[in-house]
Amino acid sequence: MALLELENIHKTYDLGEVQVHALRGVTLSVRKGEYLAIMGTSGSGKSTLMHILGCLDTPTEGRYLLDGKDVSGLGGDDLARIRNDRIGFVFQGFNLLARTSAVENVELPLLYAGVPRKERRQRALEALALVGLSGREHHQPHQLSGGQQQRVAIARSLVNGAPLILADEPTGNLDTRTSEEVMELFSHLNETAGITVILVTHEPEMARYVERIVTIRDGLVVSDEAKARERSFAS
Amino acid sequence: MIAPEEILLTALRALRTNKMRSLLTVLGMIIGVAAVIAMFAVGTGAQVRITERFASMGSNLLVVFPGSSRSGGVRGGGGTLPTLTLEDAEAILRECPAVADVAPRVSGRTQVVYGNANWSTSTVGSTASLLSIRNWTLESGRNFTESDQRSAAKVCILGATVASELFGGEDPLGKIVRVNKIPMTVVGLLAAKGSSAAGSDQDDTVLVPVTTAMKRLFGARFPGKIQDMTIQAKSAAEIAAAESQITDLLARRHRIRPGEENDFTVRNLSEIMEAAQEGARIMSLLLAAVASVSLLVGGIGIMNIMLVSVTERTREIGIRAAVGARGADILLQFLAEALLLSLAGGILGICTGAGGAFLISHFADWPAVIAPESVALAFGFSAAIGVFFGFYPAWKASRLNPIEALRYE
Ligand SMILES: Nc1ncnc2c1ncn2[C@@H]1O[C@H](COP(=O)(O)OP(=O)(O)OP(=O)(O)O)[C@@H](O)[C@H]1O
Ligand SMILES: [Mg+2]
Repeated sequence: MALLELENIHKTYDLGEVQVHALRGVTLSVRKGEYLAIMGTSGSGKSTLMHILGCLDTPTEGRYLLDGKDVSGLGGDDLARIRNDRIGFVFQGFNLLARTSAVENVELPLLYAGVPRKERRQRALEALALVGLSGREHHQPHQLSGGQQQRVAIARSLVNGAPLILADEPTGNLDTRTSEEVMELFSHLNETAGITVILVTHEPEMARYVERIVTIRDGLVVSDEAKARERSFAS
Repeated sequence: MIAPEEILLTALRALRTNKMRSLLTVLGMIIGVAAVIAMFAVGTGAQVRITERFASMGSNLLVVFPGSSRSGGVRGGGGTLPTLTLEDAEAILRECPAVADVAPRVSGRTQVVYGNANWSTSTVGSTASLLSIRNWTLESGRNFTESDQRSAAKVCILGATVASELFGGEDPLGKIVRVNKIPMTVVGLLAAKGSSAAGSDQDDTVLVPVTTAMKRLFGARFPGKIQDMTIQAKSAAEIAAAESQITDLLARRHRIRPGEENDFTVRNLSEIMEAAQEGARIMSLLLAAVASVSLLVGGIGIMNIMLVSVTERTREIGIRAAVGARGADILLQFLAEALLLSLAGGILGICTGAGGAFLISHFADWPAVIAPESVALAFGFSAAIGVFFGFYPAWKASRLNPIEALRYE
């Protein structure tokens, strides 16, 4: 069964005099447990697509079915709820709260889910352990390396048990070595926890981890090919 | 839905990360609330003092003095000739059923001498009734008697200030003092009473029988006339009746023709007190109104800081929204911050205001009364200010689109 289905998604930014057609009819279906990369040149609409997938933005036109439910017409509060418990989002720039410890950053989604304090702390610590950050729980973002910060962000994206993690150029700010670690972490989550991972990347190197590559150009899907995983977390 | 204590904790953390700014914002509120509290305290103190002093003058009192009320009714003033007589006073007591007691009065400045000590004071000629009407008690000795009045006896009762000025520690009873050179025996001592509603020392006085005052001390100018009289009605309910009975009786006795102006005025002391209290109340409202302006400024300070804060923390808002905060969660968080600022300002302001009021009352010898309702009002008002001035910035924050908020640099 498809975890998510996009049907003819359009996104148009109205800038008054000009209209920017960022997406012009994207149709895409992703099954549970897939590990998929979206590639394309700069300005092709990858981030726009990810924002719609992540319920951070709504399409101008088209249908978006998440778990078989149409979410394209939902209001802000319903979208917030979906972001909270169905989707984990990882950004290129980490987007951690400054002057806030790693564990408190990871707790944030649980706070808005209404999870009691004690349980919150415990689940956040578990998530941090899962991404290999035990012992760094009380470090603040500025006390962590880029790779470590991205791991905190990944811990935050999975702490709520979301079945879907979206990552927009998660390795864009990291060096090759750290990038590989992050990619392996995604592989690990995908293979052991069955989490569906969709990520945007520019680097063919990183695409070696995934099993499917969707290429978009000028707001349209121009190729969608399955491939074998060349690397995984174990190798 | 996120729990209230979590909202408060989050708000507290945010305020802590910007300590200096939070402090200065709170300071604005403190000044506003403190000013209002202190002004109210001083104003209420004034009202209380007025009430106290009028109460110390006696209850259910009316004052009759010469001159028509329409011509201003200036009390015993230069332009008004005395028209009241001792017989008027006796007639009022005899013929007005609502009247309980009457104390006529003739007074003037006198020089009182005992041995080498010499004191200038006001001497009041009246009857034994004066003491009960004015709530005056004797520390020692006796009141005037009927025979004192009949014979215009050379006796006097000393106020506490006069007694201590002339006698120091000595017992004045039975001693002879010279009042305007006339030797008089001290038969009584008044208990100390403090200052009057007008602020003068009520204990700085010498009492003599009214007949003595008229014949021996001040009678030369207006023979047979008294200055004014203080009348006590039988009860608060009978004050109005007493007023009209006195007016009718005196008009008859003074042969005032219908349509003609009375040559006397009857005033109700509680009216005078109410007027004075009203004055004090208006004064304190005025002061508080001026002080509220600073409260308003404090509120605008909160709004200003919250707006800056929302702009500065746009990215934080985006992050919170991205992980699932709803508009209401964001709104409540910023509202809680504004509320915490204003309530902290309110509480500290109440303390500061109370301290200020205490200092004023201490150094200016002015009673300051912190009414519980003014504290409750200040508290409620600062909470309202927090909500009112915090709402717009919080609402602005809650309306941010997560993507745009995240993109904000
Ligand atoms: N808020 C916006 N307002 C107007 N135009 C926008 C907005 N966001 C994106 N666009 C436009 O939409 C198109 C797609 O942008 P998008 O960010 O999705 O590209 P991208 O594929 O993620 O590029 P990159 O690889 O550089 O991140 C671009 O032409 C961009 O200018
Ligand atoms: Mg992009």
